[in-house]
Amino acid sequence: MAKRLTVSASPHMRSADTTTGIMLDVIIALVPALVMSAVYFGSRALVLTAVTVASCVLSEFVCRKVMKRDNTLGDLSAIVTGIILAFNLPATLPLWMAAIGGIIAIVVVKQMFGGIGQNFVNPAMTARIILMVSFPTAMAKWIVTGQNAWSVDAVTSATPMAQLASAKGGDLSLVEDLPSIAEMLLGKHGGSMGEVCSIALICGGFYLLLRKVISPVIPFFFIGTVAVFMFFAGGGNIEFVIYQLLGGGLMLGAFFMATDYATSPITKKGKIIFAIGCGLITSVIRIFGSLPEGVSFSIILMNILVPHIENFTLSKPFGFVKEKKAKKEVKA
Amino acid sequence: MAEKKKLGKELTKGLIAENPVLRLVLGTCPTLATTTSVESAVGMGLAASVVLVCSNVVISALRKVIPDKVRIPAYIVIIASFVTIVQMAVKAFLPALDEQLGVYLPLIVVNCIILGRAEAFANKNPVLASAVDGLGMGIGFTAALFIMGAAREILGAGSFYGISIPFLAENPMLVFILPPGGFFVYGITMAVANRIAESKGKPRAELRGCEGCPMAQNCALNKDNKKEEASA
Repeated sequence: MAKRLTVSASPHMRSADTTTGIMLDVIIALVPALVMSAVYFGSRALVLTAVTVASCVLSEFVCRKVMKRDNTLGDLSAIVTGIILAFNLPATLPLWMAAIGGIIAIVVVKQMFGGIGQNFVNPAMTARIILMVSFPTAMAKWIVTGQNAWSVDAVTSATPMAQLASAKGGDLSLVEDLPSIAEMLLGKHGGSMGEVCSIALICGGFYLLLRKVISPVIPFFFIGTVAVFMFFAGGGNIEFVIYQLLGGGLMLGAFFMATDYATSPITKKGKIIFAIGCGLITSVIRIFGSLPEGVSFSIILMNILVPHIENFTLSKPFGFVKEKKAKKEVKA
Repeated sequence: MAEKKKLGKELTKGLIAENPVLRLVLGTCPTLATTTSVESAVGMGLAASVVLVCSNVVISALRKVIPDKVRIPAYIVIIASFVTIVQMAVKAFLPALDEQLGVYLPLIVVNCIILGRAEAFANKNPVLASAVDGLGMGIGFTAALFIMGAAREILGAGSFYGISIPFLAENPMLVFILPPGGFFVYGITMAVANRIAESKGKPRAELRGCEGCPMAQNCALNKDNKKEEASA
């Protein structure tokens, strides 16, 4: 009888969720986009993903060993970081650069701050930005889909985001060779490996919503803010709004990266502020900035603000009375 | 013998234990700004070291003459004269370096390391000890700048002292030349210096009140020092 009773301190609420289970769900959600990237960019997309994943997993393993901490490979978080990082890279990126990205994501951003749950910015996103700043030419080589990404002379093209920059006041007729909306959905246009096929990402996102891995608050308000902003920036042109939503890394960012547990606020109010901030920064960079795309920067900037948002939106415990500030001790 | 030992300690403390940039966290601005290449880093380190030794000697020699109330302006005048001399010399003999360092060369006047050593050491100690202290701190400053400059130039520009390195030169990681890379390299170097100093029993350079600070024994804000002064 005594053996069947577990005596323990509170909290007594148990949930079947485990980190490994959640990460596995995220990996499942990422599979459609991975398949589509292989369809569009060929075997190189898979090799590049394998390299980033291997680099992340190896860095995690070595780091934990060197720091004499327990091994956390089993939680699969390094694999998720690797896949998301690969999704943010152009398919033609030299493999060693991708490997450096994995090392940056895991060693510098994640393990130096204490490992899973302790990182203050999204590892994959930061690695992408560091790569982008470090290797600007290699990181902006967007090839036309359907080609062999291994070949040196694959034809490159501007991404829809770069093309849309010339659509002053939302006038799409000013843009040349813009892919159709169906092509935008399916991903037949230049861009990062995993972000081209919006429909695969949206499917993955809905899978995560259904499994309750992520809450709909952040994606809804992130995408919503961009939509509202673009509606006004485009002078009410709905088509312009749709292009803005489907182009660039918005879907990937909103569903998979802004929702990262460690780097987004806990409270609902906080999540709303966080997501609106992401949407605003993204839109401002897209419309007024010199870079065509702003999703990565917006997420990183809002990640950094999370502790302040958290302080600002902490819920008050029932019956809590604010303490009067104690007088500052007079210095002797 | 004891005297010699003490002088030796004044010289070596600047290397790791009280390294001005890595442990006292002084002079961070020129550190971050000039370590984009080995050449400018070493140039900055040497120029500041020359000023540091000279100003320490003069301030120490005049420590009983300078009234306490106006000591800071007096120090600045002394430091500024030496900076002017160094700047003229660099302009005359190393115009390329002068161009690289730009505004940071005249800004040595307000470099915290030099003013800090004047305030913390030279105005309390005899001339020889002050000269040795300045030399040690200068070497420590130059060494720190050299290490950071080398790391940033090799990774960020693919060269070392202007000599390009194969492969790295074709694919430089630009971020190391840019400010974020500077902060990153600075942090890593500081962590390594902390680790080495800690293994020798010196406290970690953290903001933990006076006991955490390697400068505590010389510091005017330290309560223990104040008591001593009052009793003396």
